[in-house]
Amino acid sequence: MKHTLTPQRYLVLLAVTLTAPLGDALLTRGMRQVGAVDLHHLGLLWHALFNPSIDLGILLLIGFFASYMTALSWADLTFVMPSTAFGYVVVALLSRFWLHEHLSAYRWAGIVLIVCAVGFVANGPSLTEHPGLNRMDSGAAR
Amino acid sequence: MIFVHAGTARTWSCIGGVAALAIAGECFIAAAMRRVGDLDEIRAVSGLAGAIRAVLTNPLFLIGATCMALNFFALLFTLSAVDLSLAGPASASLTYVGNAAAAKLFLRENVDRRRWLAVLFVCAGVYLISR
Repeated sequence: MKHTLTPQRYLVLLAVTLTAPLGDALLTRGMRQVGAVDLHHLGLLWHALFNPSIDLGILLLIGFFASYMTALSWADLTFVMPSTAFGYVVVALLSRFWLHEHLSAYRWAGIVLIVCAVGFVANGPSLTEHPGLNRMDSGAAR
Repeated sequence: MIFVHAGTARTWSCIGGVAALAIAGECFIAAAMRRVGDLDEIRAVSGLAGAIRAVLTNPLFLIGATCMALNFFALLFTLSAVDLSLAGPASASLTYVGNAAAAKLFLRENVDRRRWLAVLFVCAGVYLISR
């Protein structure tokens, strides 16, 4: 049986791809605003929780984990993995077009390779069928 | 702050440890989600609380989450002695290759030529982007 994904499930994979790098970027921006934290200034960590960038970053990372778990519930790990790798591409493109950083030819080549990898996997089946697996044992029956 | 570079053996032991914990964590979590079943269906029947309960009460998920937490601290430890420019791409690439092998061995996923090729492209891509 060939497992293909509905548009809604592609949206979940898109969320996996986008939420992690955006969450990391917002945490980085927030922590730069808060300042360096060391053992003598641990109170800054509490202060960091009231920074809007950090709050949004934490929300996005919770969203990443939820969408990643959801994707793993209906797709193989080796199918979902390239989606997480696509986050590297998002970070590189954000740094080029949002932060106006220079992207070397090596980085553009890396972006092309990861895009190709995602293309390879996306064209194949999303889930390996295991005939012996009794779905009644699964949480779907709860 | 004093930053002491680790020797080659220690560097690669640290990177290998980070990757091993990530592979174990991701495989346990993937196995847990396979056992839990389709979260969309569970949410339709039991609501969001039921879906969260189904995940959090799965022992494989708890083992996987523990591995991921240990992976985080192992990465912090590694970054205290190894350059990020080496530790980041090396551990990520090892994790992608290891995940594919572990998914084939332990999760019995059909890792065909297309998926192996994708793993190799991702590793090469991560290496180039990190340069």
